Amino acid sequence: MVFLEFFYALRAAGLKSTLQEWRMLLQCLEMGLHDSKIEGFYHVARACLVKSESDFDTFDLTFAQFFEGIEGVIEIPQELLEWLANPKPFEELTEEQRAALQNLDIDELMEMYQERLKEQTERHDGGGKWIGTGGRSPFGHGGEHPTGLRVGGPGGGRSAMKVAEDRQFSDYRTDVALDTRNVKLALRRLRQLTRTDGPEELDIDETVDKTCREAGEIELVFRPKKKNDVRLLLLLDVGGTMDPYFEPVSRLLSAFFEERGLRDFKAFYFHNCVYERVFESGRLLRSESMMTADLLRTYGERWKLMIVGDAAMHPSELNSARGNINPRMETDTSGHAWLDRLARHFDRSVWLNPDRPVEWAMSSTCRQVSTMFPMYHLSVQGIEEGVKGLVGARPAMVRPVMAPGSSQL
Amino acid sequence: MTNAAAASPERFERFEGTSGYIASRSLVDAVNCALALERPLLVKGEPGTGKTLLAHHVAEGLSMEMDSWHIKSTSKAEDGLYVYDTVQRLNDARFGDGDVKDIRSYIRLGPLGRVFSAEERQVLLIDEIDKADLEFPNDILRELDEMQFTVLETGDEVVAKKRPMVIITSNNEKELPDAFLRRCVFHFIDFPDLEQMRQIVDVHHPQVEKKLLEQVLVKFYWLRDQKELRKRPSTSELIDWITALLRAGADPSQLEAEIPFMGALLKNEQDTRTIGSFLDRGGKPPTSFDDLKSPGRR
Repeated sequence: MVFLEFFYALRAAGLKSTLQEWRMLLQCLEMGLHDSKIEGFYHVARACLVKSESDFDTFDLTFAQFFEGIEGVIEIPQELLEWLANPKPFEELTEEQRAALQNLDIDELMEMYQERLKEQTERHDGGGKWIGTGGRSPFGHGGEHPTGLRVGGPGGGRSAMKVAEDRQFSDYRTDVALDTRNVKLALRRLRQLTRTDGPEELDIDETVDKTCREAGEIELVFRPKKKNDVRLLLLLDVGGTMDPYFEPVSRLLSAFFEERGLRDFKAFYFHNCVYERVFESGRLLRSESMMTADLLRTYGERWKLMIVGDAAMHPSELNSARGNINPRMETDTSGHAWLDRLARHFDRSVWLNPDRPVEWAMSSTCRQVSTMFPMYHLSVQGIEEGVKGLVGARPAMVRPVMAPGSSQL
Repeated sequence: MTNAAAASPERFERFEGTSGYIASRSLVDAVNCALALERPLLVKGEPGTGKTLLAHHVAEGLSMEMDSWHIKSTSKAEDGLYVYDTVQRLNDARFGDGDVKDIRSYIRLGPLGRVFSAEERQVLLIDEIDKADLEFPNDILRELDEMQFTVLETGDEVVAKKRPMVIITSNNEKELPDAFLRRCVFHFIDFPDLEQMRQIVDVHHPQVEKKLLEQVLVKFYWLRDQKELRKRPSTSELIDWITALLRAGADPSQLEAEIPFMGALLKNEQDTRTIGSFLDRGGKPPTSFDDLKSPGRR
């Protein structure tokens, strides 16, 4: 059966189609449901084998490849993807380089990127051409992941790819699309139900039991309703490198504000790293701030701590005394010390990072932070895992992000 | 495999769409797969793309009876099979009404039970399955597979006389379990493109003037292109909007200048404000498809 190879090609492409579903397809073909047309076969095969619209794109690609519809569509991005999946760490930029980088506007960057894409025939590591892949530049995101980058920089790069491939369902691919509803669903796991005081409900089991013991005379038993006991403290990194992530972060935030199930919820803001003060609004005004030491006194260890940030900064901003990027707020305690205090104070804490996980290892500060907090990606799946880490069984240890190339555990 | 279809690849009646429902070729193919395999059809898609309506029209197209089971967050699998009304029986026992001895008179069949016991093949709509508890789909797995169940209280077997055509809709609120998905035929109703949309509008409002329709569709797809919107207008909202426009006797020139009855299209206060402030700032929505970035795309 020729088509059996197609089945294995689908599985190799990552679809979870099973033999049971394959047999469904064969039955349909036996009954001639595809009308002996390739289009009919495509519809029937997809209906039987693929069970989620997020897999349609993979199916389309495999189908096209297998039946030679669209030749060579994924060749270039695939190669690129491989180079970018294993990046080498690159040196810290000098101040001039950094300044030069910021002076380029998006259009110029895009143009440069497109040119690079044409020129580039082999892997380049650490050279000047790789400026921007450290996770800071918008186009870095745009280029390296043709399909799932709603979170990344501006959509310019994406639309080009999209037009090139014309795969109708790529929008539905992967779980990167964070909408408030998705996030709310992920947050729904943030539950630890306890019965404390409060409005009561009928306890049916107990009522039956009591009634039996009272020889059939109905006796109603009430008990307090189950209530969620989770109190959540959210610390958000704002400004600078977090700007491209404004959308997903604000979605997370609004999901939290709309989530009424939590016993208590409080959000504070910081820039780059937590220092002596945290702020009540994203404007980071001193007049609307709280001393971090007070925060530790106010919010007991039973609060769950969730920090959202890219943890990517200059090493001195994390490790040096007076490391705060805002000179008026410098103090003698390093950001690292403050983060460490937070991590030790709270029973459970997680760090959600909007950068893509492959980029984490490229930032030395991100690696350091990941030794203190379990780090998860700011995606629906990552939030779900993070939330599990907050309420489920305690994870055995914090598994830090390793520097690329280092193999020790 | 216990499927009847596997043993006898006999001809079956094919669904070809109805005059009141424009179905894409892939949807028709998926419906026919489900019909032939006698397996449930799982339909997903944006709200307002006609998932629920599909079941009604499949029933109409195949001249079958239809039953529906609207799932709520409190729905349990057993509710679909049967309910044993203990409270009624207890009440009757105490106050001496009804035949308390016969448990059968206190068993009420649910939607699944009803379509199983029907003499003719029926369509069963299980609407918004994702609203229920996470375990819900697994709980009805066996019943959907074998199309039979036992009433525990009486020991009666309820076996499907004719395997019903089950259509399940989901809004993607929850992931459905793999074991459940494996047993379904799946279809995702993609948002209609321009051509399909014209056909759909024509079914509902055949009398719309061509010029007006052009303006309506330009505005509609322009709105759908706006990334800031939290809830993009869907087909059902478009149909409502056209109804409102027709009743008010709107003419194309009016539509070129503004978007009347925006409330029919945008259901979210914030979205209304976003578009409202765009218009207040003197923003002009496009008046022809040439001005749209991606006319007719999702």
